[in-house]
Amino acid sequence: MSKRPTLHLAFERDIVEIQAQISKLLDLAERRDLDVTEEIEGLSGRLELLKQQTYENLEPMQQVQVARHPSRPYTLDYVERMFTDWVELRGDRTFRDDEAIVGGWARLREHSVMVLGQQKGRDMKENLRRNFGMPHPEGYRKALRLMRQAEKFGRPVIIFIDTPGAYPGVGSEERGIGEAIAFNLREMFRLRVPLISAVIGEGMSGGALGIGITDKILMLEHAIYSVISPEGCAAILWRSADRKEEAARALKLTAHDLLEMGVCDQVIPEPSGGAHSDWDEVAHALEEVLYDTLSGLSKLPPKQLIESRRSKYNSIGAWREA
Amino acid sequence: MAWFRKDKKPLTAQGRRDVPKDVFDKCPGCGEICYRERLGKNLNICPNCNHHMRISVEAYLSILLDKGTFEELNEDLSASDPLGFSDQKSYPERIASAEAKGKNEAVVTGTGTLDGIDITIAVMDFQFIGGSMGSVVGEKIYRVADTAREAKVPLVIVSASGGARMQEGIYSLMQMAKTSAALSRLHDEAIPFVSILTHPTTGGVTASYAMLGDVNLAEPGALIGFAGPRVIEETIKQELPQGFQSAEFVRDHGMVDRVVDRRELKDTVATILRHQYAGWDT
Repeated sequence: MSKRPTLHLAFERDIVEIQAQISKLLDLAERRDLDVTEEIEGLSGRLELLKQQTYENLEPMQQVQVARHPSRPYTLDYVERMFTDWVELRGDRTFRDDEAIVGGWARLREHSVMVLGQQKGRDMKENLRRNFGMPHPEGYRKALRLMRQAEKFGRPVIIFIDTPGAYPGVGSEERGIGEAIAFNLREMFRLRVPLISAVIGEGMSGGALGIGITDKILMLEHAIYSVISPEGCAAILWRSADRKEEAARALKLTAHDLLEMGVCDQVIPEPSGGAHSDWDEVAHALEEVLYDTLSGLSKLPPKQLIESRRSKYNSIGAWREA
Repeated sequence: MAWFRKDKKPLTAQGRRDVPKDVFDKCPGCGEICYRERLGKNLNICPNCNHHMRISVEAYLSILLDKGTFEELNEDLSASDPLGFSDQKSYPERIASAEAKGKNEAVVTGTGTLDGIDITIAVMDFQFIGGSMGSVVGEKIYRVADTAREAKVPLVIVSASGGARMQEGIYSLMQMAKTSAALSRLHDEAIPFVSILTHPTTGGVTASYAMLGDVNLAEPGALIGFAGPRVIEETIKQELPQGFQSAEFVRDHGMVDRVVDRRELKDTVATILRHQYAGWDT
């Protein structure tokens, strides 16, 4: 039988080992009808402690690895857990459907909302279809089409951000990836309905921002948001991708950094051991915050919504003035 | 028979003759050696192959604006180091060495008249840390767009940039949003914005204001794209075709309206602006 091995990062090795011990012990207990409650309790305690210690002291580059964890929940995993009545809508009506961005109608408790997000693949086959969550121009154009539909019907938009970046390829440039992102940036500042984004994994550069102009920016605890990947930054400034640890530290790309810098509005704690250790729990936590945020924004008149969205971004930056 | 008795000098290898740096320029397009003074009169366009060589911010201002009408705005804004960023060199050191070349940031903004039309203008400087967009570029573009909106006069931006300024981290990325916010206001109030893309315009500037003109104009041969050619080649593991991401390529793919010779830039912009708003006809 080919069972997919549980994927884990180097610094998670001890955690995975204890988890294996626990399941082995449970298995044994069941087969031999033994009472292992005490042993299990001991191990579980150790596991919790280890998870906490590991995840509280992540180096920035380790944060990046968690944000990219192959077992981390992706957009559609949240859609499945948080919404009902999901109807996916596809295509930009001009060129094709880009499966690196998914979108459609969904219901968050009593609210009908438009949901959008970059979508990574779970295996190689799906990743080829979804281009590893790296959208082409038509993905951004589809996203804007759906946002305008939401505006037409007075519904808010919820956006999940999780991308290594817009796709740097020939077709992407030929069809104007720069223009597609730029156009979304401007138009998102003109939409008359509430927009909320949640960075759930990696928010890389213009590819993330292209669907990221929102009234509120939420980030999961171990998500990252950056102008460039640590590898790309290291290759340019250090002239070696091996210096990515230093670059990750210098870029200040963690959720807490962004909160401190006034870009992120709220950080949502993840279960100990990261979002990948409990998809339901993290989805529930995010749902609560999204619902509250949405309820707050829904009260604002469109004019005020647009005005405060614009001034929110206007205030980001740091300079000296003589 | 004097020639018969003349001592013959042995042949010696002649050293490579360098082009005197202050008198001649070599055209990067065709290799033609151009007399600098004449080149300058030709707006740094190679008389042989029409290659548009880089020119200074001041040169663009004098090409586009009527003589003596430029008034600079917000010239006192300069970069700070919000992240305490340091790679092989610290960010303040990089700024200092860029400032030593004479400019205090990668964009100059102000007001002036173009063929008698009042305009606001921003010209980017590729010499300043690759024309990268950090907080100061974002703020100056935002402010000049705001001036355009308040005064109800058109905005012209001449772009040249390698993209976002990594040393300012997420702040630099967010300048794409900030400048687009400013342009969304102009768009709402039907204030014309003409974007002029020069060599090279890539990254975050392409993916924000440079592509958002009501009319996008580009200089011949300029490299225009989102991802740089090297990044694309590394991604697709293939060599890119000749002319990929050139101004002409980008025009043929529908992303800029016209490729305009530098010598015709001013007339073209003036004609467009007069079409867009009858108020400037008089």
